Amino acid sequence: MKLRRLRDADRPRIQLRLEGAALEAQAGDTLLTALLAGGAGYLRSSEFGDGPRAGFCLMGACQDCWVVVEGLGRVRACATLAEAGMKVKRG
Amino acid sequence: MKIAVVGAGPAGVRAVETLVAAGHRPVWIDEAPDGGGRIYQRPPPPLGRNAKTLYGFEAQRATALHDTLDAMKPHADWRPDTLVWHVRPGAKRLQTLHRGAQGAVEYDAVLLCTGAMDRVVPVPGWTLPGVTTMGAAQISLKTQGCGIGSRVAFLGSGPLLWLVAYQYAKAGADVVAVLDTTSFATKARAAPGLLRGGATFAKGLYYIGWLRAHGVRIAEGVTPLAIAGDATSGVTGLSWRDAAGRQAQVDCDAIGIGWGLRPEAQLADLAGIPFRFDDTQHNWVPERDIAGRTAVAGHYLAGDGAGIGGAEVAELAGTRAALALLQDAGAAVDIALAARLDRKLAAAWRFRVALERASPYPVHLAAGLPDDAILCRCEGLRVGELRAAAAEDYPAGRAPEMNRAKSFTRTGMGRCQGRVCGAAAAEILAAALGRPVTDIGRLRGQPPVKPIPIAAPAAEAVP
Repeated sequence: MKLRRLRDADRPRIQLRLEGAALEAQAGDTLLTALLAGGAGYLRSSEFGDGPRAGFCLMGACQDCWVVVEGLGRVRACATLAEAGMKVKRG
Repeated sequence: MKIAVVGAGPAGVRAVETLVAAGHRPVWIDEAPDGGGRIYQRPPPPLGRNAKTLYGFEAQRATALHDTLDAMKPHADWRPDTLVWHVRPGAKRLQTLHRGAQGAVEYDAVLLCTGAMDRVVPVPGWTLPGVTTMGAAQISLKTQGCGIGSRVAFLGSGPLLWLVAYQYAKAGADVVAVLDTTSFATKARAAPGLLRGGATFAKGLYYIGWLRAHGVRIAEGVTPLAIAGDATSGVTGLSWRDAAGRQAQVDCDAIGIGWGLRPEAQLADLAGIPFRFDDTQHNWVPERDIAGRTAVAGHYLAGDGAGIGGAEVAELAGTRAALALLQDAGAAVDIALAARLDRKLAAAWRFRVALERASPYPVHLAAGLPDDAILCRCEGLRVGELRAAAAEDYPAGRAPEMNRAKSFTRTGMGRCQGRVCGAAAAEILAAALGRPVTDIGRLRGQPPVKPIPIAAPAAEAVP
């Protein structure tokens, strides 16, 4: 899944790390946007063996966008703002 | 008097405005970092906040609501970023979680304005990356400036289908198909009632007309077949059967799906408020009178969390429920205003009936899902596993209602607590049992209403 930036697409850039690799995002991105617009493709793998997931409701209800941020623990990617320097692992 | 308002969407804002005007300072809680609700959610800075771009026809209404929201914050005990995860009606206490810290809010009266989320029907392949709810597609565009993909299809029914497709096309997205599962005939039958809705109906027609005029592929009365794709690429296409029974498909990398909304009524449930099945909406809704009073003293409801009425109705209902609360507390309120609101709300509900008739929940799609389709996204449960629990020869004995089926199969026991699969699961079980959906009950709300850390520490001070 790759989000397409349609509006306000030239905001200040911020750098994150996903599984150790550099990932560029924009200030004001949620983690979900940062990762899925930045080419991560998916956010987590289903614990039940039915494949990758990339969120679903984007309003904090479905719990299908969990990722792990160093220092914060498990968060919903849709409800967490991306910040420069965040170290993220897929959930 | 200690008053708490849960939710700062259209209903919550108008409720707090009314309470503040009467001299109260309510505790005002929202799970999001800011108010506005989902419909008038504002993008985080540095994204632009041009109301016309973000909210279209509703720009004025959104701006007015934001102005009141911001004006009320200093007059309330405003607690954003705070999840209410339990209500204890006997103790009149809300259990909260704010940035990892537990808290509690005691109240004499509480007004629950907890909003709604998308109502969906699973489609084979719907867990692939690239499939989101219709609301998610809208939130992504509105608050993040992003489309959910580059070639986007929309599938579902109801006003949001056309609105979101229009918003995407206007924003420059490539909308490859808009597929309505409701037939033209069903909508045509509802048209006379819809005319009462005036502007709302006209806006709907405008979006559909605009999409047609811009050559967007549109089909009505479709039956979705499958979402194609794989683990690496995510979504690659969508296939369906058209109204004439022919198979069709489109290549796409993202799909927004949704069939109207369902109330987020878990807190009302925990508060002990009785529920009824609303035939028109085809949702279980907490019972309340037109003013928002419930059978549990001191507990009031307003907005979509008390039955789907939309943002305009939510504003009226928020004001009205706050007036009811004040009245019950013995305050002198503007009786003429209350009566006027009652009339407006009654008229709005009449229009709502027509709207629901024009886009009924597609029971047949849910009941007709193949056994191997994933039903529960949380735990990868398949439709056949739920159906099996309805069979005469099920080892644990046939599950006669939803909560038994839940304990047998874990349907609705995952971390979303059945918010996503619950509506479809009920139809699947009802069809398998050969009974009306109203007979098989509903998934009961359980605390915590959303996952919370097991080791969440207590907040240092509980007021």
